[in-house]
Amino acid sequence: MKRRHVMDFERPLVELEDKLAELRSLDLAQNPELASEVESLAAQIDVLREETYASLSPWERVQVSRHPDRPKTQDYVAAICTDVIELHGDRTFGDDEAILAALATIDGHRVAVLGHRKGKNTSENIARNFGMVHPEGFRKAMRVMRLAEKFGLPLVTFIDTPGAYPGIEAEERGQAWAIAESLSLLSGLRVPVVAVGIGEGGSGGALAIGFGDRLIMLENAYYSVISPEACASILHKDAGKAAEVASCLSMTATDLVGLGIADEVLPEPAGGAHRAPEEVFGAVRARVATALRELGSVGSDELQERRYARLRAIGVIGSDEG
Amino acid sequence: MSISDWFKAREARRYTSAKGAPARGADLPDGVWVTCDSCKRIVYDGQLAENFRVCPSCGHHFDLTAHQRVELLADPGSFTEFDAGVTSTDPLGFVAAKPYVTSLASARERSGLPEAVVCGRATIGGHPVVLGAMDFRFIGASMGSAVGEKVTRTFEVALAERRAVVLSTASGGARMQEGMLSLMQMAKTSAAARRLAEERLPYLSVLTNPTMGGVTASFAVLADVILAEPGALVGFAGPRVIEQTIKQHLPKGFQTSEFLLEHGMVDEVVPRGQLPARVTLLLDYLVRGGEVA
Ligand SMILES: [Zn+2]
Repeated sequence: MKRRHVMDFERPLVELEDKLAELRSLDLAQNPELASEVESLAAQIDVLREETYASLSPWERVQVSRHPDRPKTQDYVAAICTDVIELHGDRTFGDDEAILAALATIDGHRVAVLGHRKGKNTSENIARNFGMVHPEGFRKAMRVMRLAEKFGLPLVTFIDTPGAYPGIEAEERGQAWAIAESLSLLSGLRVPVVAVGIGEGGSGGALAIGFGDRLIMLENAYYSVISPEACASILHKDAGKAAEVASCLSMTATDLVGLGIADEVLPEPAGGAHRAPEEVFGAVRARVATALRELGSVGSDELQERRYARLRAIGVIGSDEG
Repeated sequence: MSISDWFKAREARRYTSAKGAPARGADLPDGVWVTCDSCKRIVYDGQLAENFRVCPSCGHHFDLTAHQRVELLADPGSFTEFDAGVTSTDPLGFVAAKPYVTSLASARERSGLPEAVVCGRATIGGHPVVLGAMDFRFIGASMGSAVGEKVTRTFEVALAERRAVVLSTASGGARMQEGMLSLMQMAKTSAAARRLAEERLPYLSVLTNPTMGGVTASFAVLADVILAEPGALVGFAGPRVIEQTIKQHLPKGFQTSEFLLEHGMVDEVVPRGQLPARVTLLLDYLVRGGEVA
């Protein structure tokens, strides 16, 4: 049996849930007293669940966003898209599996889809480099962006990466160049772009396919300039202070809406998207379809102006000279 | 005033009272002496100033301030700064180890600059440009809202006035103290650079030591022609992060300008003294679309 991944902050809850499940598996028909105790335990667990998941700290949300059972890009594509044709390769170097690229149909909208792709087990994660993209992955994404533009297909992207891969070959092949070119291309793409933060939004590697005309964030997804661990090790010389730093970085879905970067927060089931994926798929499908419908009626010049204005407005500056 | 006179005058002011001058220098009656970071030789500061702050022994390029960069590249007296008043605030109330407002205050005091980039109108070889230079002394010339805004306005002013853009970059990356607002400046500046490119106005970047992270991965490398100073560290991920990830040491010269040239990422590695002439010639080619004046 697959070992369940339990996050530290939910451990007391999960232990009680396990106990309850065990009790419920017993035949209590002959023992009404125990049966009522079981029901009262169930009620207590409901309260505890509510408390545990009601107001997660930013660091706890990071744990949820990294949960191994959390739905991945490929799960969203499988659940909400039909007639999927996966596209491969950057036509120059190779096919980076850390990026999923496809033509797909969502609620009657024909679109191009891009997403960071993590694995669901060790061998998949090795093949996909844990969702950490190399330059050829961003170049594959750019190829599909151009394809989408050429044939008037809106672009839907799913953001879920710890970050662009920091390695020798990635640098040799121009990691920074690939990200910069992707940002440039995406900023001027003449088709609607809807981005959905589904898990980890790790810095430049996330941003390279992670902005557009709409940014929809799942409640426990994060999006950050730097990972809390890396930030803590730079500022505190102690990666153990990640929890503290996570609260400073304004990296939660709600923070992003407050900063004018994201448009909306999609609530997740208590405990996170992995607890009831079908609910989340339904909500994402509905929101993406709505965004595509809204953006579909906007002309491409107007779309470009609005996207520029949207980016242009981000930032808080002071003025020294009145 | 010539460039070298200017450097001399400035350096004289800066180093006359410099503490920690090398012991040997203290014995000598005249001038101020500095130790080269690279070859460890002791160099007469006046000589360094005459040589664009490049070590006469080993060619090591000492850091320049943003104003020294401007002085190096712009036609004498042509530079007029704009948006000097665009500065960083502390939008997130960021405190980790020390408050961001404290870092900002000490950066301002140390550098004498309001922010990590200086932008203005200038001419280079007679060509009207918008020129921007980043200053590593200001929180590692990291890009937060203010740097992103000033770089964006650099492209926008150039677009409105049909000027070329020349940017001298140096940066540790995105400014983490402004969180996602900093990350988004990568998209914002890239979008502005794209608009300039769509109007076929030239953009040249000069990558200087060090240019890393979110600045490299956005506007710095979106230039039409990319120049780099010798020996500059330029890349996406920092060397330490890479070493920790791959658990091995990096080869010598990794992420230097020369390494980037070899891997096809920059057009030319240009010694500092040749930069003004090189930028001028490039503008001669690109500004009028090849038409010889
Ligand atoms: Zn030297």
